[in-house]
Amino acid sequence: MSARILYIASNTFREAVRDRVLYNLIAFALLLSGAAIFVSQISIEIERLVVVNLGLTAVSLFGIIIAIFIGIGLVSKEIEKRTLYTVLSRPVRRWEFIVGKFFGLAGTLAVNTFFMAIGVFGALLYVTREFSKPDAFILVALYFIVLQFLIICSLALLFSSFSTPLLAAVFAFSLFVIGSFADDLRGFASMAHGAARWFATAAAYLVPNFSSLNVISAVAHQQPVSLQLIVQNTLYALFYTAMALSGAVLIFERRNLK
Amino acid sequence: MTSRRTSIVAAACLVVSLTASILLLHHIDEIRPRATIADVLYISSPKILKRASLGFDGLMACIYWTRTVQYFGHRHFLRSHTYHELAPLLEITTALDPHMVPAYEFGASFLAPAPPNGAGEPVRAIELMQYGIQHNPDNWHLYYDLGFVYYTELKDYKRAAAVFDQGSRIPNAHPFLKILAAQMAEHASEYSTARMLWTATYESSSDTHIRQNALEHLRAIRVDEDVTNLEQAVARFEQANGRAPANLWELAAAEHLTELAVDPDGAPYELSFDGRVQVAEPDNFPFITKGLPPGYKPGPPKFHTKG
Repeated sequence: MSARILYIASNTFREAVRDRVLYNLIAFALLLSGAAIFVSQISIEIERLVVVNLGLTAVSLFGIIIAIFIGIGLVSKEIEKRTLYTVLSRPVRRWEFIVGKFFGLAGTLAVNTFFMAIGVFGALLYVTREFSKPDAFILVALYFIVLQFLIICSLALLFSSFSTPLLAAVFAFSLFVIGSFADDLRGFASMAHGAARWFATAAAYLVPNFSSLNVISAVAHQQPVSLQLIVQNTLYALFYTAMALSGAVLIFERRNLK
Repeated sequence: MTSRRTSIVAAACLVVSLTASILLLHHIDEIRPRATIADVLYISSPKILKRASLGFDGLMACIYWTRTVQYFGHRHFLRSHTYHELAPLLEITTALDPHMVPAYEFGASFLAPAPPNGAGEPVRAIELMQYGIQHNPDNWHLYYDLGFVYYTELKDYKRAAAVFDQGSRIPNAHPFLKILAAQMAEHASEYSTARMLWTATYESSSDTHIRQNALEHLRAIRVDEDVTNLEQAVARFEQANGRAPANLWELAAAEHLTELAVDPDGAPYELSFDGRVQVAEPDNFPFITKGLPPGYKPGPPKFHTKG
């Protein structure tokens, strides 16, 4: 990675921290500690399930919200503040700007997820008093969540490279929702006929498949996640992210910034 | 200085407004009719809920299970005879997360018993357990619970025996399952079978609620058995003397007993003038079927930990 990309990435990270993005950790800590303490009083025998399900769901949703709302402003804010012109007047290429922004946001989310993961394991230890071997699969679920963030970040950047922040947020969130239904979309495609079948199949393969990256329920029940799935999900997320980033670079390279 | 004064006034306003709003809400709650939100299922389709959860169906299942527990607990405390939303709530919970074993185990014990101890829906309890076994075929607890419902609520010994036998073949199954299967097959004494079932429940669970519930049932079985034996003794006395015994001392003497029969709390049983045997404190035994005073209406359930 070039030094210029690293520089843009570290600046993006610093800016996110300055924007108090990591304050969400406080809300997360309160949510999780509250659940860990109170759930045994209002429910029966699901303390562990709640901590894992709630913890990982919160990690996922907080991260997706941050990814979308920070990601959509990464390009437009620079244009609005006219800081983009200062950056691009230096020997920085447009693609380096996009890629640097992506790594900055991804880094912010990775750091955020790291602290949240500590919270999840802390709450888990509080309710179960000890860790067991299958708890290690929670790390796999967290890894998959980070892969989801990479996809969402790249999509937010893609949409923000040609659209207004509001529309970019709508597009990115819609794709997240549709991507969560990817399996249903495939089911629909298999039942449809003719053009509808082709259209549904194409849509099912084009939208990001977030359902295969969601193993929260499985790890909550201490079910193992296969190595094959880990490898293939990693490759899928990397290729999809690369595709969306390439699209963002292509559009941004041709964008008239005058 | 002006800025500081503004801050003080704003802080005071904040505290006053917050206190006032809390007090007002408290008064509004008192004058408003009680909300029935707990009894309403806005979305009754598990499929729609599963999709609406955007893949976070595990958390949604936890929420619905908690809601089920709250719904049952509230109505059970009120000694309600209707639990209309219980089965749909359980159906939604288990559809959202088919591997949530507590929802099957507790759900069946909420659904199967006759009101006010449960919803009186043993058939739906069986359907729930069968769905649970279908998704968790290696969990012997579910076979045990299904056989339990067949035996206690439907007195279907044949099916109970078959289910216990099926469960006993699962690796690491509790050894009680084999014995229970045999007992069901030969229709052993009601009390000894029931005692064995609840003992197995007590021993195989680490959950305090389940263990406490099992203990209460074991206490109730002992009372039911004692009362049955005492009533048989009263009948023998009446046959021999042409009248009911005047008191339990007279009965004990006729039966050549050195001491009076006492309930699990150590209180002696009482004998009414018409020869009926009853417990001194029926509220202490929420599951007894015998020894209740005529016209007795149970209060809210209370559990004891005494053995």
